[in-house]
Amino acid sequence: MNALILRISARYLSPILIGVSVLLLLRGHNDPGGGFIGGLLAASAMSLLALAHGTASARRSLRVDPRTLIAVGLLLALTSGFPALFGGREWLTGMWTLPELPLIGAIPLGTPLWFDVGIYISVVGFTLTIVFALSENDEEEAV
Amino acid sequence: MEMLLPIVLTLLAAALSPLLRHISGRWGGWIASVLPAGLFVFFLSQLPTVQAGGERTFSVTWIPSLGISLAFRLDGLSLLFALLIAGVGTLVVIYAGGYLGGHPHRGRFYAFLFLFMSSMLGVVLADNLFLLFVFWELTSVASFLLIGFSHEKEEARRSALQALLITGLGGLAMMAGFILIAIAGGTSEVSELLSRGDLLRSHELYLPALLLLLLGAFTKSAQAPFHFWLPGAMAAPAPVSAYLHSATMVKAGVYLLARLNPALGGTDEWHYLLTLAGGATMVIGALLAGPQTDLKRLLGYSTVSALGMLVMLIGLSTDLAAKAALVFLVVHSLYKAALFMVAGTIDHETGTRDVRQLHGLMRVMPFTAIAAVLAALSMTGFPPLLGFIGKELMYEAKMQAPSASLFLLIAGVLANAVNIAVAILSGMRPFIGRGKHHPAQAHEGTLTLWLGPLILGLSGLLLGLFPDLIGIPLIEPAVRSVRAEHVDVDLALWHGINPVLLLSILTIVVGVVLYLLRHRARDASARLRVPELLLPGGVYRRMIAALPAFSGRLVGVIHNGNLRSYLFTIITVFLILAARTFVDLADWPVLSRLGDVEFYSVGLVVLMIAATLMVVASRTRLAAVAALGVLGFGIAALYVIYSAPDLAITQILVETLTVVIFLFVIRHLPRFGERSPRPTQFRDGVIAVLSGTMVALFSLKASGVQMDSAISSYFAENSVPAAYGRNVVNVILVDFRALDTLGEATVLAVAAIGVYAMIKLRKHHGRRAG
Amino acid sequence: MHVLLAILSGILFAAGVWLILRRSLARLVLGLILLSQAANLVIFTSGGLHRAAPPIVGENATALEAPYADPLPQALILTAIVISFGLFAFFLVLIKRAHQETGTDDIDAMSEVET
Repeated sequence: MNALILRISARYLSPILIGVSVLLLLRGHNDPGGGFIGGLLAASAMSLLALAHGTASARRSLRVDPRTLIAVGLLLALTSGFPALFGGREWLTGMWTLPELPLIGAIPLGTPLWFDVGIYISVVGFTLTIVFALSENDEEEAV
Repeated sequence: MEMLLPIVLTLLAAALSPLLRHISGRWGGWIASVLPAGLFVFFLSQLPTVQAGGERTFSVTWIPSLGISLAFRLDGLSLLFALLIAGVGTLVVIYAGGYLGGHPHRGRFYAFLFLFMSSMLGVVLADNLFLLFVFWELTSVASFLLIGFSHEKEEARRSALQALLITGLGGLAMMAGFILIAIAGGTSEVSELLSRGDLLRSHELYLPALLLLLLGAFTKSAQAPFHFWLPGAMAAPAPVSAYLHSATMVKAGVYLLARLNPALGGTDEWHYLLTLAGGATMVIGALLAGPQTDLKRLLGYSTVSALGMLVMLIGLSTDLAAKAALVFLVVHSLYKAALFMVAGTIDHETGTRDVRQLHGLMRVMPFTAIAAVLAALSMTGFPPLLGFIGKELMYEAKMQAPSASLFLLIAGVLANAVNIAVAILSGMRPFIGRGKHHPAQAHEGTLTLWLGPLILGLSGLLLGLFPDLIGIPLIEPAVRSVRAEHVDVDLALWHGINPVLLLSILTIVVGVVLYLLRHRARDASARLRVPELLLPGGVYRRMIAALPAFSGRLVGVIHNGNLRSYLFTIITVFLILAARTFVDLADWPVLSRLGDVEFYSVGLVVLMIAATLMVVASRTRLAAVAALGVLGFGIAALYVIYSAPDLAITQILVETLTVVIFLFVIRHLPRFGERSPRPTQFRDGVIAVLSGTMVALFSLKASGVQMDSAISSYFAENSVPAAYGRNVVNVILVDFRALDTLGEATVLAVAAIGVYAMIKLRKHHGRRAG
Repeated sequence: MHVLLAILSGILFAAGVWLILRRSLARLVLGLILLSQAANLVIFTSGGLHRAAPPIVGENATALEAPYADPLPQALILTAIVISFGLFAFFLVLIKRAHQETGTDDIDAMSEVET
């Protein structure tokens, strides 16, 4: 059928989508986006790759087991609460620094971004764990 | 603070006790006895204070909103019990060292025993009803563990459960009673309640509170008809019977009644309920003791009888009765603990507890024999032992009882006479007679086995000869606690020839005659078989047996495994409750905002309704999924129109991924077909339409309500200044409510692991994939 | 518009209830998805409908300027969407596995296979 179109488009579309997903994650604090949305988009991109080129190929591109991503993501989200503890505040209270950068000026860097990165990674891990498991199961049955 | 120390230290000892298993049993017993011995000395050191009318208190707030505090108080009554707990406890711990010897689980045994000691001290020291309740239930738990110590025996497990259920359920009833008392009296502090007796007695909650409270006290102190758990508890090792089931725990009910006497006692209800239950228990216990041939069961039933006497005496509510009750309480604890330990020693050394097989042990077990005879003499009320003084006081109290004095006296003489026969049978008979009938290998137990009973037996003699040793320092303050006023306690052996003395003599004569006629009495009672079903124990067993059958039937109805019937029930209940709320709210939703309708929105909604119908009606799987996708994108479009960009993006992405997953799954499933019969379809249709209508109405109603926007406006105002974020939705998710989001991510992780396990791990078990 | 969306929620809910009372497991999932859409829609509608007023603070402002769409229901719904996604994924795989093991997706037939 049009598998060729799918394959080619997937090859070029997926990296772009993942780039966009990172952008969505980073700007999420001020514009629509964020960890959930970015994570879901990245996972969709990888799912596209899996559908077009097979799960094995998608797994290779991802390089890490999606289950590891779940753990890493949760750990990041969890640890983002600790700076607040050291500052004597309640766990998961947002803590901020405002470093002065030469050209851009002061930009706020805070634990909520750290937290959101954790959410992003765990959502990618969660979705891909399910999608990969299903597609592999499907490929096995097709054989 | 020092009031808390005994309880905390004993609890600590319980935690450390398992270490004792590394030490040989006998030495372990000696080491472990240091703590209760220390406590005994500590409580003795409190005697002067308490005797002078003082008391020690300690209190920290616990649950201030409910007015419940961790309050402890040591007064005369508490001190009397604390001394018994620590004193008998010391001897029992030493005894257990010898009795358990090299038992592999002796460490565990001490842990349970100290847990009990700690909670029992808590019961008698607590000055708050609810604190008392906690300790009370803890003693039930400890008793459960101790009765079931030999858990490999079925009888031990059954008896343990029986004791726990009866005393535990009674405790719950008592808790309800406590709550009513706290409501009626306005406080749960015991010392406060004691001074509000008039208020409590005239309160309309008095009778229900009293009845519930008595359920707790009666179950704990084995009053008829709840008495049967106590003989059952004889499955416990001998040290447990000596400690919990004669000297301490079973007296907790008596303690509670004595403690609350100033607050609740003195009414007709109190008087009749207590004397009736106590009197009945006294007679029933004695009658049931008669035919027993097992040493421990014999003693168990006579304990029931003695507990009945105590409850009856407290019910009499006179100064004299209180005095008699407290003296008899001490007497009974001393002799019964001793006799239980003796029974354990005999069992330990000869291998049998059957009184018909035990003769002539005097020569081989001289120390045990002396202890047993002293204890038995005290039990018969023979002068010059303390038991004699106890019995005299008891008769005197009954003679001066406000009512039914003659009846009480006859019942008392009867019960005491049977107990005398029991005393002779259990404490003397095994030691006398020709020496060839006992099993050949019998020999005297070690020091640890006879020391305890001997000390208890000798103290019965010593205190009988010098009654002032306990009369003024111990009994007098305790009577003051029970009567809430000073009562002179002048204990003496000799009162001259008077009716009480004659009654004592008569009792002993009848008792001896009963002992001599015991074979005929046994036969007679054997002929007098009451159907098992009519006995409380039989009723209990029937109920326990019927419970699983009942639950099974109930589960069969409620948990029938039919998903649709659950859903049907849930939805119907939701409908009824929601309909009720709408009726209560009365006014119908305002439809004023009908005006602002945009034509493209209308088109969108119409499209979505069509997609919904398609999802429902479609017979092909692919069409249903496609329609679902259309619907999802429609909702995303609504989110776009009504200013929710984050929702729209999320919805679109989730919709895409859902369709992907759906396709993986649904390909292999059979076509959709309608499988329910017409009437069911009709029923489901009605339910569905009704629920839909309800939700639509609810939505309209909710739109009409002006919600409190304090939370939203807080977010709206603080998002930029406090959290440096302009996208308020995202700021809520990652900053203000980050914990919720973290919880959500965790749920997703669990779901992913579940999916992974379902797909990947099935190869490891042998089932064929269909 | 509220009325229209209320009717839509009602229809979604009714369809969902109908579907979860069917014997087919796959239709049960479809029903659950419809129910969750209905619930989200109800929460969204009750938060008030505002056009062209997303809860994003303007460049030069420090707080949202009224009228703005309530951010709180939006945060709730976003969470709900993602959680439901996890739930449905789990449930779909469960159905697939159940079907592989029992050879049917009929709830009634399935309970007979198991027993």
